[in-house]
Amino acid sequence: MSTAKEIVSFRNVAKKYRGGSIGVENINVTIKEGEFVCFIGTSGSGKTTTMRMINRMIDPSKGKITFKGHNIRHYDPVRLRRTIGYVIQNNGLMPHMTIQENITLVPKLLKWPQEKMDKKAHELIKLADLPESYLDRYPAELSGGQQQRIGVVRALAADQDLILMDEPFGALDPITRDDLQELIKHLQEELGKTIVFVTHDMDEALKLATHIVIMDSGHVIQDDTPDNILQHPANDFVKDLLGEERLLQAQQNTLSVSDIMSTNPAKITLGKSLAEAIRTMSLRHVDYLLVTDDDNKLKGYIDLETINERYSKDASVSDIYNRTRMKFNKDSYLRDTSEKILKQGYKYVPIVDKDNYLIGTVTRASLVNIIYDAIWGKEELDNPDEIKLPASIAKGSDKS
Amino acid sequence: MINFLNQHGSELIIKTWEQIYISALALFLGIIVAVPLGIILTRYEKTAKYVMSISSMLQTIPSLALLTLMIPIFGIGKLPSIVALFIYSLLPILRNTYIGMNKVNKNLIDAAKGLGMTTAQSIFKVEIPMAMPIIMAGVRLSAVYVISWSTLASYIGAGGLGDFIFNGLNLYNPALIIGGTIPVSILAILTDYLLGKFEKKVTPITKSGVKK
Ligand SMILES: Nc1ncnc2c1ncn2[C@@H]1O[C@H](COP(=O)(O)OP(=O)(O)OP(=O)(O)O)[C@@H](O)[C@H]1O
Ligand SMILES: [Mg+2]
Repeated sequence: MSTAKEIVSFRNVAKKYRGGSIGVENINVTIKEGEFVCFIGTSGSGKTTTMRMINRMIDPSKGKITFKGHNIRHYDPVRLRRTIGYVIQNNGLMPHMTIQENITLVPKLLKWPQEKMDKKAHELIKLADLPESYLDRYPAELSGGQQQRIGVVRALAADQDLILMDEPFGALDPITRDDLQELIKHLQEELGKTIVFVTHDMDEALKLATHIVIMDSGHVIQDDTPDNILQHPANDFVKDLLGEERLLQAQQNTLSVSDIMSTNPAKITLGKSLAEAIRTMSLRHVDYLLVTDDDNKLKGYIDLETINERYSKDASVSDIYNRTRMKFNKDSYLRDTSEKILKQGYKYVPIVDKDNYLIGTVTRASLVNIIYDAIWGKEELDNPDEIKLPASIAKGSDKS
Repeated sequence: MINFLNQHGSELIIKTWEQIYISALALFLGIIVAVPLGIILTRYEKTAKYVMSISSMLQTIPSLALLTLMIPIFGIGKLPSIVALFIYSLLPILRNTYIGMNKVNKNLIDAAKGLGMTTAQSIFKVEIPMAMPIIMAGVRLSAVYVISWSTLASYIGAGGLGDFIFNGLNLYNPALIIGGTIPVSILAILTDYLLGKFEKKVTPITKSGVKK
């Protein structure tokens, strides 16, 4: 991500409206190619103002905005708008144009040949997941959700790679909204589009964004990844916006397995004899051992039952150990792993680093403890800073 | 009736033609001035108010008075009549154009601009088509006014079917009065009907299966 090229940047941008009302002030935001940026904040905080300055629907009163490295003042506004996709609430489809004409509106302005436009229309109606016969319909003959699908794909018709969306799904029911969120997430993830998205809805932002810009009364309050914002909310405004529930969940969600693993797993190397294995087990009071090679790379496991069944004096661990076993990387999040561990009934799961070196285990018991901690923490939330957290997280939150 | 047609038939055709000619020209001028003006006014809210009240004021001048007022400027004949009727035709068209353009969904205009239409493209491809039904209603109204008022134009020597009516009044000849009035009414009704048809044709379709 950090190597991606920047596509839009704001440098000390301010917008003062006529009559003196302040739209935004001191905006410094960098948007990189392929990002999904959500602007979120209360009503009147300047989200729309900020977004509309990108395609020169509004001109800044101060500061500099660049698009693909060039000051947007040097672009002809009309041409600039044709190279940037634009989706608005209530779809903005032209009621007197067919769906095909609506989709190819920008290509037509760009004077594409007819066949190319036809091809594009068919391609995009498929992308919108609507039947091709809809191309001949008029917007009034589509449902609200279908209209907005067209509104979304229309923004790609001229192969725009930056798309601006101002609360595009505000007027839709939750299910339709979900569908459309998937559509635009697809555009960003699979087609590599950069999306700038304005919303009121924190769930929507957390679900879609790779980059969140939180605004309040014309200022950027926090500008970071969703995870970082959840872990280190910049101030009480952000905390309020996120809500206690999400903060708590986030703390749990962003624990990685290495935060809770025990670093002293019961293990044995391949070359050891089975007698040695049994001795180790009894010493550690366990009925299993993880098996590694001499370099401590994880190979598999061995348990008491197998040893009982297949014991012979000369056999070594390498003869009978079991190779298949669920394991997790030390950086994987607990939120992704805990359910698997609990559901599948494993007593323990080995944790490896990226080169498959065994570095610890997570036991079912330690996992359960963490979950109880989170629940117990909930009652103490008057002061969230006091929740007992693993050292790594407690350290991090001091920064904010 | 037959008698009347025998006696005045060719004259009737000429007078009807004059009537059409005067009205059509006045209406045509009204359209080419009022529609663009109405559109421009939507861009200048403050000026719009003044222009609207001035044209409303012009509308309240009694038609005969306005016609008479034209004489010192343009003399008598067709020209002053056309100018006077043109002034009358302005207001309904101007007002409807202004209202129609202002009523176009702002969301659509924003979308048009945001997608990269120039102001002209937005006006011609989006705003005028959307405002067309209201603009046309204004044109129809003006057309009917102009046709019936053009009858009065004969008073200042413009000719037209008004000649029959005024002659009839002077000579106490009801046949002449009726012979002038009926064609005027037919003309007005026919024009309204045809413009109604035309209005349907220029109203943008928003549903498939609706054939023009
Ligand atoms: N055309 C305008 N003229 C004057 N002030 C304006 C104009 N547009 C916006 N503002 C002001 O600028 C500030 C930011 O407005 P903006 O529309 O960017 O907010 P927003 O975050 O998009 O709000 P919402 O969530 O309600 O859409 C507000 O205080 C608003 O009143
Ligand atoms: Mg807004």
